[in-house]
Amino acid sequence: MSAATRGPDSGRIAKRFAALKAAGRGGLVTFVTGGDPDAETSLAILRGLPGAGADLIEIGMPFSDPMADGPAIQASSLRALKAGATLAGTLALVEAFRAADRDTPIVLMGYYNPIYSFGVDRFLGEAKRVGVDGLIIVDLPPEEDGELCIPALAAGVNFVRLATPTTDDKRLPAVLGNSSGFVYYVSIMGITGTRSAGAAEVRKAVERLKRHTALPVAVGFGIRTPTQAAEVAAVADAAVVGTAIVEQIAGNLDEKGRARPGLAERVLAFVATLADGVRGKETVAS
Amino acid sequence: MSSLNTYRAGPDEHGHFGIHGGRFVAETLMPLILAVEKAYEAAKRDPSFKAELDYYLEHYVGRPSPLYFAERLTRELGGAKIYFKRDELNHTGAHKINNCMGQILLARRMGKTRIIAETGAGQHGVATATVCALFDLPCTVYMGATDIERQKPNVFRMRLLGTEVKPVHSGTATLKDAMNDALRDWVANVENTFYIIGTVAGPHPYPAMVRDFQSVIGEEVREQLRKAEGRLPDSLVAAIGGGSNAMGLFHPFLDDASVKMYGVEAAGDGIETGKHAASLNGGRPGVLHGNRTYLLQTDDGQIVDAHSISAGLDYPGIGPEHAWLNDTGRVSYVSATDKEALDAFQLCSRTEGIIPALEPAHALAHVRRIAPRLPKDHLLVMNMCGRGDKDIFTVAEHLGTKL
Repeated sequence: MSAATRGPDSGRIAKRFAALKAAGRGGLVTFVTGGDPDAETSLAILRGLPGAGADLIEIGMPFSDPMADGPAIQASSLRALKAGATLAGTLALVEAFRAADRDTPIVLMGYYNPIYSFGVDRFLGEAKRVGVDGLIIVDLPPEEDGELCIPALAAGVNFVRLATPTTDDKRLPAVLGNSSGFVYYVSIMGITGTRSAGAAEVRKAVERLKRHTALPVAVGFGIRTPTQAAEVAAVADAAVVGTAIVEQIAGNLDEKGRARPGLAERVLAFVATLADGVRGKETVAS
Repeated sequence: MSSLNTYRAGPDEHGHFGIHGGRFVAETLMPLILAVEKAYEAAKRDPSFKAELDYYLEHYVGRPSPLYFAERLTRELGGAKIYFKRDELNHTGAHKINNCMGQILLARRMGKTRIIAETGAGQHGVATATVCALFDLPCTVYMGATDIERQKPNVFRMRLLGTEVKPVHSGTATLKDAMNDALRDWVANVENTFYIIGTVAGPHPYPAMVRDFQSVIGEEVREQLRKAEGRLPDSLVAAIGGGSNAMGLFHPFLDDASVKMYGVEAAGDGIETGKHAASLNGGRPGVLHGNRTYLLQTDDGQIVDAHSISAGLDYPGIGPEHAWLNDTGRVSYVSATDKEALDAFQLCSRTEGIIPALEPAHALAHVRRIAPRLPKDHLLVMNMCGRGDKDIFTVAEHLGTKL
């Protein structure tokens, strides 16, 4: 596979991983769905994440049919859509976040159809303008690189590829070829939030990936607790936590599905325990 | 329109029909999708695979299905000479088993030990459950909770056949959500599981593979009509949900320029009401369930619910090859409303003694529209792709009868 032309990217992702390496620890990547449970609360959570200890932020772009996600993230996507979330709205969240934070990398994660519908060029232009650093698109394997990956790289937006336990050594070069920013290792076969891989298994998988790429490796799917985050961050460049954070949002809604007062604070307090985990600090259960 | 040398060569090596098709799936599935493609290509070239499939199609499914001259209906409509391709007489009562038989033989060749499927009306679920019973493979069928409610007889059939029917409550609890959950299951069980997709959609190679397994319909029609009339049909009519029965009927005739083809989408309450399942007539291109095709979606690219009286047509997308045949103009895609389908359902029952499924009742609604204007020597073949036993509860309710 020939290498794609790459435009200058924001540099934020590389800078953050270099800083983590210098600090001698793995990072914490947090996932929340953009606009869950509503745009205002979602922005409050996003703004608080760096302070709570998130090193990189993934924002889910809500989609009606998230087929790689488990029940918790499916529900978060539907909550956001019900509250009026759109792709333009997610980009607006990033813009509002960036007004106060110039350093924390933002990666948008989701499915291709909303982007295709929005228009690839228009989307990349807007993403770049508001300060998106990378994209993770679940349903775009390397076989479909022409759709978004190559245009994104040319536009200077990182395209973070997913590698999985089923991606064998023969296939890895194709998967890693046009990946940039970091590699996201899906540590289990399955959908988000349903099972967990053991630390030894993750270590072996990361070692395998490192033989094929110089990019940082973040590991996700099934990391729920500060202890698990710490274990993964010890063997990978970062641990990704999504479902467990999204469940904190779900647990702080009233019977009509609206945010209860203090939702953002409680979500951020949970993130802080994860952040303590990757920093090797004792966790004080809240 | 530039004319192509052939309409039958697709898809290309990446699974594209024009801009449609492709392989839009999660990385976890990608190696398996490639393995399915490789196994299918090998099976296609292996005479023993074809021999085995032919054996089961003849002795178990009951093929060839008859091509029947619908004499009373022809008289009643007073125009074209109408033939029904009787795929409702297949074992399990619909065309779906043609494809299930092909795919389960492939799954066995690949050494897979567990089968999953999605179903809307339940016909594909029943056909999958049937072949799984035949070959002693455990089977899980995903079905929207809404569909389970309106297709109870088929749910019971599947359970009798030893299949686990998993109700899907996510999203709108219909066929698209059942497909989402089947994909979720597959991602978690890639090593031992084969996903039998029921229509000409999904990631490559499924649209082409399902088409090939269903093409037995059109191939038989070609031969049977040659015997009966000594020539090709003038027009073909079939209902379209995902589009497998239509693709199976149309594909062998695509390069016969004289043969007109009509795919009939479900217009629900009417396209103008927004409550319909007509992806081509009321949607635009997008990416869902592994392929690019026409989809019912919002301005923001969110998939919207399809609506049809027929659970089997209630899908917000359509097979990518149909999307391409639409773009090239080779096939005309029209639609019929719930009401037109119900009327056709009753007409067919009374004039031919055949209670059709609500899916082919949509096709018949279009036949009813065009046949009277056509000359008496015009040969029209409609695919009677399923029988209506499963639908009598739905129809009774719409006609105000309590069963």
